[in-house]
Amino acid sequence: MIREPLLNAAILAGLVLFPLWAWSAGEPFLITLATKAVILGLAGVGLNIALGLGGLVSLGHAVFFGIGGYAMGILASHAQLFDPILTEPFTLNGTKSMPIIWVLAVVTSGLAALAIGMLSLRTSGIYFIMITLAFGQMFYYFAISWPAYGGEDGLSIYLRNSFPGMNTLDPIQFYAICATILFIVLLFNARLARSPFGLALGAARQSPLRVETVGLSPYRLRLVAFVISGMITGLAGALFADLNRFVSPTMFSWHLSGEIIVFILIGGTARLFGPVVGAIVFVTLEHMLGGVSDYWKIYLGVMLLLIVLFARGGLIGLLAGRERAHD
Amino acid sequence: MTDVMLQTIGICKNFGALEASRDITLDLRVGEIHALIGPNGAGKSTLIKQIAGGLRPDAGRVLLGGADITALDTAARAQRGLARTFQISELAMEDTVLQNATLGALGAGGAPMRFWRAALDLQDLRETAIAALERVGLAAKSASRTAELSHGERRQLEVAVALTLNPKAFVMDEPMAGLGTAGSKTMTTFLDGLRAQAPILLVEHDMDAVFALADRISVLVYGRIIATGTVAEIRNDAAVRAAYLGEEA
Repeated sequence: MIREPLLNAAILAGLVLFPLWAWSAGEPFLITLATKAVILGLAGVGLNIALGLGGLVSLGHAVFFGIGGYAMGILASHAQLFDPILTEPFTLNGTKSMPIIWVLAVVTSGLAALAIGMLSLRTSGIYFIMITLAFGQMFYYFAISWPAYGGEDGLSIYLRNSFPGMNTLDPIQFYAICATILFIVLLFNARLARSPFGLALGAARQSPLRVETVGLSPYRLRLVAFVISGMITGLAGALFADLNRFVSPTMFSWHLSGEIIVFILIGGTARLFGPVVGAIVFVTLEHMLGGVSDYWKIYLGVMLLLIVLFARGGLIGLLAGRERAHD
Repeated sequence: MTDVMLQTIGICKNFGALEASRDITLDLRVGEIHALIGPNGAGKSTLIKQIAGGLRPDAGRVLLGGADITALDTAARAQRGLARTFQISELAMEDTVLQNATLGALGAGGAPMRFWRAALDLQDLRETAIAALERVGLAAKSASRTAELSHGERRQLEVAVALTLNPKAFVMDEPMAGLGTAGSKTMTTFLDGLRAQAPILLVEHDMDAVFALADRISVLVYGRIIATGTVAEIRNDAAVRAAYLGEEA
């Protein structure tokens, strides 16, 4: 058994060294794959705060991923056409600046998470899963039927958005931006898990009655967790759209919500690096088996089945054993 | 009546045709242990839920320190100083003993929205938690996972979490349940000393403990309080003997 912090450090080192190797070997496509894994991992880290810490199985996190994507798509498409988003009552122009896009992606997905959370957190268990799925489908069909931003065809952005001082079209530089964001969010997640909020949220998952009895509201704790979770997944959505220079309603689809859950299950629920490991495995399998067969997800399914049956702690649990109690 | 800490006035609760609480008026005075006894199905749990939160009475009021708390939810009642322990332990089983106690201190502090510093590094929370664990004799186990505790230790931890709230009154639902003879004795001694800090409304089936601890006893039968009095008065009450102690008067 490897201790979890050691394992995490190894994963972190891999996330730095692999793209550097690919860069020196002249394999930009591998860097792009790594970028995809990092961004999907970030979306999973977002969900893991709600699902792992809070026990909230949201089958609608694609909503936030999609909102982040469309925040980028809408702002950038207006900017590239020099067409203001609003002229009345004030002029609001689009932007190609990544930091501004991120802020808007985080704010809008946070507001959506607040609204969805306020309604869906009044339920629990299977009802919570179903109501979050229902919200996901609402957003999906809305995006399909909204002609202003491409409807079913989605929106293409000609040039990747800009970040001050960086050439974002260079794969290794864009990777550096995404990986830095992931590391910052992981640091925040690690602190959050041990913070007073994390302690109370974890207790609300295990025994809501206990939390109420010490004078705290499980609903409020879960709502805050859901909003933080949605904001992180929204940020991942904005980065994902920038990676592809394309956003479409599939970012809202329930398949994507399911895939984010799969990342967490493969890597290990409530484990800090669980979703990152899951996303790396997912992207690797997709790349290696996707060329062999269109039905590569069969193999993913078998793997998921084995993990759920025999390794409930995911790959991290398999390698590092049970999570140690914080002391 | 300043010496009454917790009070119910005319509480009624019906579930369909079943009258679970009929006009229950009960008080808990400062410094006392007031035991609530009654046969299974008498409505003790229903009454506890109406006092500590979780169930709203159809009629009647609940007062804590003279303030009406009838409309408040469980969390708000706890914030006002009502500490409850459960018949079946309600604890975060995956967490350590210290984390559970810290959760209590965190609830009492009322500021859970802190996201950066580790909860167990916050001096005020930690001190409150450790002091409570020391009082119940669990300090040595503070790093253990709660799931690994024995049944009796979990009961002690329940009490420790209640202590971290620095409450005005305790409501305890069968703290002796499942404890062996020795454990029961230890708990009895502990509760005996606790009443000086805050009065205890004690629901208990262990009659030895009840007779050893209670300043007053109320007997609940079919949702109605048929008698309230000292241990001696209750022992000799004809209606109680008939209804509860199973003896012909």
